[in-house]
Amino acid sequence: MSDINTIIKPENIVYKRTDVLSDNDLSYCPGCGHGTVHKLIAEVIEEMGIQDTTIGIAPVGCSVLAYNYLEIDWQQAAHGRAPALATAVKRLMPEKNVFSYQGDGDLAAIGTAETIHACNRGENIVMIFINNGIYGMTGGQMAPTTLPGMAASTCPHGRDVSHDGEPIKISEILAQLPGTCYVTRQSVHTAGNVRKTKKALRKAFENQAANKGTSLVEVVSNCNSGWKMTPIKSNEWMEENMFPYYPLGDIKNEE
Amino acid sequence: MAKAKGAIVVDTVKCKGCGVCTTVCPTKVIELATEVNGKGYHYAYMANPDACIGCSNCGIICPDTCITVYRAKAGATA
Repeated sequence: MSDINTIIKPENIVYKRTDVLSDNDLSYCPGCGHGTVHKLIAEVIEEMGIQDTTIGIAPVGCSVLAYNYLEIDWQQAAHGRAPALATAVKRLMPEKNVFSYQGDGDLAAIGTAETIHACNRGENIVMIFINNGIYGMTGGQMAPTTLPGMAASTCPHGRDVSHDGEPIKISEILAQLPGTCYVTRQSVHTAGNVRKTKKALRKAFENQAANKGTSLVEVVSNCNSGWKMTPIKSNEWMEENMFPYYPLGDIKNEE
Repeated sequence: MAKAKGAIVVDTVKCKGCGVCTTVCPTKVIELATEVNGKGYHYAYMANPDACIGCSNCGIICPDTCITVYRAKAGATA
């Protein structure tokens, strides 16, 4: 035990909170993947030294308050319209690094048109897509990404595909468009996956710096409140049920 | 033993007790306390400090980024 105080010294720090994150407490539920992704974006911004030139577009959903948590410039878009607003910001200020941060209800449901057309035009932006298969903020309603048979507050007996259709794999759809240069699907439920997601985010921001087109980073995440599970259980459930339908890995990677 | 010695410091005020850090720790150092913090969460703490190798898995996965990780070479702490 006496060792501990000799180890806890400033020169021995191997991991600490980045200064790009603000001191505000996150409003997310315990164990929510949003916090981890926020942290990764902050770390990538710090490592690339682009804090002064980055503009984030906050969505509507749980992450609507993202502008409280990262010390960069932000805009907040109407529901689903983050890619349209990101287009405007990037076209007016092409020297800035612009990213949109959206959930599945925002990017894959209400904002489908904006998402598809921004990607089809090949807008030079980064889109970060958090897919937890449910409308978390409004009370756990069924989203287009809800899995077959998965219960939500508007489909308490599970999603019936004969009535509601199959879940949409929006990343696979966007990968077919010529405007996208990089489409990948990652997760943040294990330390290894967190590291991979960070690399993917870094690559997306580098693509933007190289004017390559739209980069989309999908992060399959949990919603323990909406799924009505503990954080640890929800990560296990995600691995067993979400990943077979939403397999991890690069979908498109143009050099 | 040439293994590195590690230690973590948890911001117990910010910790929400989700327990995700306990699942990624390769040496089972972290557990949730029986006490609660001001928000009513069972915060994470080093239950088994001697086993910590300072791998920073807990730090990078913590959604609220409330873990700082330290690491020293084994010889340096003797």
